[in-house]
Order: sequence, then structure tokens, then C-alpha cells
Amino acid sequence: MSEPHMDTAVDRSHMAVSDEVAIEIQAMNKWYGEFHVLKNIDLTVYQGERIVICGPSGSGKSTLIRCINALEEHQKGSIVVDGTLLSSDLKNIDKIRSEVGMCFQHFNLFPHLTILENCTLAPIWVRKTPKKEAEETAMHFLEKVKIPDQANKYPGQLSGGQQQRVAIARSLCMKPRIMLFDEPTSALDPEMIKEVLDTMIGLAEEGMTMLCVTHEMGFAQAVANRVIFMDAGQIVEQNEPHAFFNNPQNDRTKLFLSQILGH
Amino acid sequence: MSLSFVRTEMEEPQPAPSSTVGIVAWARTNLFSSIPNTILTIIALYLLVRLAVGIFPWIFLGVWDAGSLSECREIFAELYPDGREYACWAVIADRWDQIIFGYYSADQYWRPILGWILIGVSAVPVLYPNTPRSLLYVTVATAFVYPFLVWGGTIWPYLMAAVGFGVGYGVYRILAAVTAGNAFSSVIAVSGSVIAAAVWWIGLSGPISGALAEAMPWGIEAFRSRDLAGFALAITIGVVAIAASLPLAIALALGRQSNMLIVNKLSTGFIEMIRGVPLITLIFVAVVLLQYFLPSGTDVDPILAIMILVTLFTAAYIAEVIRAGLAAVPKGQYEAADSLGLNYGLAQRLIILPQALKIAIPGIVSNFISVFKDTVLVSIVFPNDPLGIADTIRADSNWNGIVWELYGFIALVFFLFCFAMSRYSLSLEKRLQTGHR
Ligand SMILES: Nc1ncnc2c1ncn2[C@@H]1O[C@H](COP(=O)(O)OP(=O)(O)OP(=O)(O)O)[C@@H](O)[C@H]1O
Ligand SMILES: [Mg+2]
Repeated sequence: MSEPHMDTAVDRSHMAVSDEVAIEIQAMNKWYGEFHVLKNIDLTVYQGERIVICGPSGSGKSTLIRCINALEEHQKGSIVVDGTLLSSDLKNIDKIRSEVGMCFQHFNLFPHLTILENCTLAPIWVRKTPKKEAEETAMHFLEKVKIPDQANKYPGQLSGGQQQRVAIARSLCMKPRIMLFDEPTSALDPEMIKEVLDTMIGLAEEGMTMLCVTHEMGFAQAVANRVIFMDAGQIVEQNEPHAFFNNPQNDRTKLFLSQILGH
Repeated sequence: MSLSFVRTEMEEPQPAPSSTVGIVAWARTNLFSSIPNTILTIIALYLLVRLAVGIFPWIFLGVWDAGSLSECREIFAELYPDGREYACWAVIADRWDQIIFGYYSADQYWRPILGWILIGVSAVPVLYPNTPRSLLYVTVATAFVYPFLVWGGTIWPYLMAAVGFGVGYGVYRILAAVTAGNAFSSVIAVSGSVIAAAVWWIGLSGPISGALAEAMPWGIEAFRSRDLAGFALAITIGVVAIAASLPLAIALALGRQSNMLIVNKLSTGFIEMIRGVPLITLIFVAVVLLQYFLPSGTDVDPILAIMILVTLFTAAYIAEVIRAGLAAVPKGQYEAADSLGLNYGLAQRLIILPQALKIAIPGIVSNFISVFKDTVLVSIVFPNDPLGIADTIRADSNWNGIVWELYGFIALVFFLFCFAMSRYSLSLEKRLQTGHR
């Protein structure tokens, strides 16, 4: 896949991890019908942490992060996000969703709205922000992801990399405390991957709590402070990136790393 | 890698070579591109010319000013001793009022005319979103003013019908506020408001408007449904069915998708039941059979019954078209809306429905066109539709024997309405095309 090194120098000065818990997952299990997708997941994420989740296809990575903002329902165990227990209570779900931003593999921008409208929609309708203020915020974040001049175009007129950066800006407009990424670069051409990763690095440098499913190992080494390896619905191994890549413990991790890094 | 080749100046656009533009080039590529195409073109041209030669004189040399068919014939005999005859448009001129306004008396024509103007104005903000939103007040008002203009009587029943919506909305707001936070808040609020509005309309609005009419008999001359005729009838049924069926269809389509078992089964059952029965049968049942079964004295207003049935019928079909549109919206759109914290109502209204309806436009407009044409089906139970009026006119000894002119004119009016709808639908599709990949 990609090289294990990023050429970007990452400023880690703001990336301090606090001891405040952002996400607490305990003995969480999920089934799709008969199929046991997630088995006894325990995971504590601290405010300011950048976690990269990797693992073979079908191992349940997407399912795990989608459970965190209730896009999927879990059947056993508990998930607490920022002190709010995730249950079937719609109020709690809404609260958690408004604090957790998510970026998808296929961007999922709203094709019938302009870039600016994509970014202002949720703040205006969910947060009840006045339109003008929402637009200012949106322009601020669009500048941050370096596409303010596309604000009045439609998503279909943008390249994949630009669309993904808009998707990130759209999430940021809700001022989330946590960002989830599900393979944000795997639908992109190689030359666009970097622009999206740079945007994500920028976010990390500002201290955003991030959970990122990705196979960009260079990104993991540069910004993650923990890498989690999943296989068959379980967290098999987790460690800080240097140790994870250079000294994997589990055989399955070793096999996966040798395949993905082409050693 | 850092070396880049980027154009700093754009090239001037060049005109296309002259052999690919202009009418000659157009004809060459579209009409004479190959031997079969050329043959087809020549045959089609020949037929077109024959048709034009046959029909145009008939249309354009027709007589507009005559009191009867025999008068028309006398005029032709005088003008053309060789016995040629052309259209006798005089029937349209003579019976224009009847074809268009039905049996309103001449001093009441302002009512349908004003009503149609209101419909035209209220359609503007719906059809063209760039127009001032304040026009939507006209749209809402028209929903109550138009029936008032058509049927007349005192203003109270119409006002009370409008108040019913206010009652429903008020109850919705109160229940939503009281139950806020409850998982079933929206279900409770919606069903509560529907029940409140129903109680109002069925139980309270009648007596109240009756009492008010006693005290303050403000209104215009009442007009019986049975006297509604001609295009006034067709347009009234058509517009009501079109305007009322779309919201109902959206509700049915969403209901059919719903996770709530009862809502889901009710919507599905309703749609399948209506689609399983021909419209003619429904109309027949409603008007003829209900008349038998209901206790004598209860008067089924045939027009009202037909309007409700045509609306339900159209709604069931459009609901299926919209369901297909909903199914075509990618799952990722729902997820993106969810992940941004939009609740079900907001997600449907702002994200899903705009995309689903856009996909469904051609199907929806097809249904609108067909319902407008189906308004003539009322003739089975009620001979006042434009075709029925044509029969009435033909039964008059003055116009006995006239055929093409009358039916041709009615066909033309229907065609104009339907063609306009179809054109609008095309332009709407184009406008909504935002480079969806
Ligand atoms: N809606 C669903 N219904 C049934 N099974 C599902 C559903 N979604 C996912 N699965 C199954 O659950 C397992 C985990 O899926 P998931 O998408 O979480 O994997 P992943 O680790 O993200 O894989 P990838 O790297 O391919 O994205 C897979 O075996 C998949 O087939
Ligand atoms: Mg996945």
C-alpha cells in the first residue's frame, strides 16, 4: 500500500493527551442477525487521542466506529461518549451525534446542495445557528481545508480529494469534540490522498480526538498515538505506533503488517 | 515532483468548423446521414405536407361567425360554389362560455376566472423556487379561497376547514412540547394533531359554521356541485387531485418505508387496494352504490366524492413512484444526515425527499397528466365533463351534426395543459441537475 513514512513534519506540540475520557466502550458485542461481528470490545479513548484502527477486510472496523455514533446498534455492553450513555433513547443519540463528526469512505456529500449549503445545513437546522453565522463558520473551515473558492459549486463538480475535504469541513462545522473517519482515503486516487491526509494531520495538530480506520500506515506513524489491530471482530493488539510497527506481538498482526507493508 | 507544468494563460475559444454548424449541417447530420435515414426523411416530409395541405385550409378557412351549423353551410355555399366546406368554428364562439364555465350564470363568471388566476399565482412559488417566498401565503390561501369561489355560500365552512389545520398544528406544538424527550414524542404529537383536526372537522366545524352563518351570512351565491361543468369541472377536479395527491403520496411512500408496523401495513394495504381497482369502478362505487346504501336523505355530493377518489387514486400511484425515488437515494445519504445529528423529519425533508422527488419527477408528472385526462371519466356517473358538454351542445338542433370542431377544440385544450406540464417537468429536471454522479 503506502510507504510507512510521511514526508510531512508533524507538529506534535498541541497533541497532548488528557486524562479525560472521551469514549468508553465496555464489553460491547454486536450481531448482524446470527453473525457475531464484534466480540467483547473494550476500548477507552482519552480526549486528544489519535487512534488508528487497522485490520483485514471484514474484521469489523467500520462496524466498530459506526457503533460509536449509533449508525449501528450494539446489542450488549456499553458505550459512553463524553459522559453520555448510548442507549435507544433518541435524545442521547442526538446528543452524541452532534458531538461526534464522521467522515465516510464515499464522502456522502449532499449532491443537491452547494458546498456551502452542505456545510451550513446541520448548524442551521440542528444547532439553530443564525444563517449568517453558520456561513461564516463554514467559510472558516472551508478555508482551513483549502477550498473556500469552491463554496458555491455542487459536490459533483469537485474532485474526490476536494469532496472529502469538504466532508471534513462539513463535520467540523458542527464543532465536534470527536471525529470518526472510516477509510477516508481509500476511494481516492493516489495524488489526492495526500491532500486529505494533510487536512487530517492539521486536525490532529490542533488536538482533535480522532478515531480513524485507515490503511495509511505513514499517517499512523506520523500522528497516531495508538494503533489498534482488529481481526474477526476482536481487538487483537494495540500499541503506540513505533512499537506496533516494529515489534508486533501477535502472529496475525505480523502477517497483516507483512502483507500491507510489503516486507 | 515540485517541477510543475501549469498553463498560466488559457487559449481563446475557437468557433467550431463551419461544416458542423448551421442549418445545412444540422440537416445533414439529422435528416440525411445515411440512405435509410434519407428515405425516412423523404417519406415523412411527404406525409407531413399531405397532412398540412389537407388540414390547414380546413382549420384556417373556417367560419367563426354564425348562429348554427346550417348558417355555416350557407356561408360556405355562397363563398365556394364548388361545394367545398371548412371548419365551422362558430360553435366554439357560440358555446365558449358553456364549454369553459359550464352552468355558471354570466354574472358569476368572475368566480372561476378569479379562482384560476389565484391558482396560477399560487403555482408560481411552488414551481419556481427563486420567486419570493411570501407568494406561498397566496398558495395557502388559495387552498380555501378556490373552493369558496367555486361553490360559494357563506365563508364560514371554508374558514372552519382552514381553522381545522390550525387546530391540528396547535395540538401538535403543545404535544411536542409536553412530550419532548420522550422516544415517541413525534408519534404522539402527530397522531394527537391528526385526531384533533379530525374531531374538529367531523364534529365541530359543521355546527359552528352553521351557527356563524345564521348570525353573519357573509358570502356569495351558492353553487351546486351538480351544475359544475365543462372545463370549470375538469380543472377543479384536476387541480384538487394534483395538489392534494402529492402530499398524501409522500406520506404514503414514507409510511410504506416506515419501521412502525402499523403505519407500514396501513400504507401498503391502502396503496395496494387502490391500485388493484380501476378508477372507473371506484367512481361508480362511490357515487352510484353509496347513494343506494346510505340512508335516504344523506346526499353524496358526486363531485366531492369523485374528487376525493381521484385524489386517493393518484396518490397511491404517485406514492409508488416516490418509493422508487426513495429507494434510489444511496444509503450513505441517510447515514451522513444521521451522523450530522439531523432527526428523521429534518433528514427526510432536507436531504432525502429533495433527491427522491427529483428522481421521481418524470413519473409524478406522468401521473399528473393522466389524472388530468382522467377527469373525463366522471362522465360515467355525471355527464358534465367537457365531453358531456360537447354532447349537450350536439343535441341542440342548431349544432346537430357538428363533430370535429368541438372535440378537436376540447382535445386542444387538454393537450395544452398536458403539454405544459410535460414541458415544465423537463425544465425542472434540467434545473435540478447539479452534476449528481
Ligand atoms: N448490514 C450488514 N448486514 C450483515 N452483515 C454485515 C453488514 N455490514 C457488515 N456486515 C458484515 O460484518 C463484517 C464486518 O464488516 P465491516 O464493514 O465492519 O468490516 P471492515 O473491517 O470495515 O471491512 P473493510 O475493510 O472491508 O471495510 C463483515 O463480515 C461484513 O460482511
Ligand atoms: Mg469498512
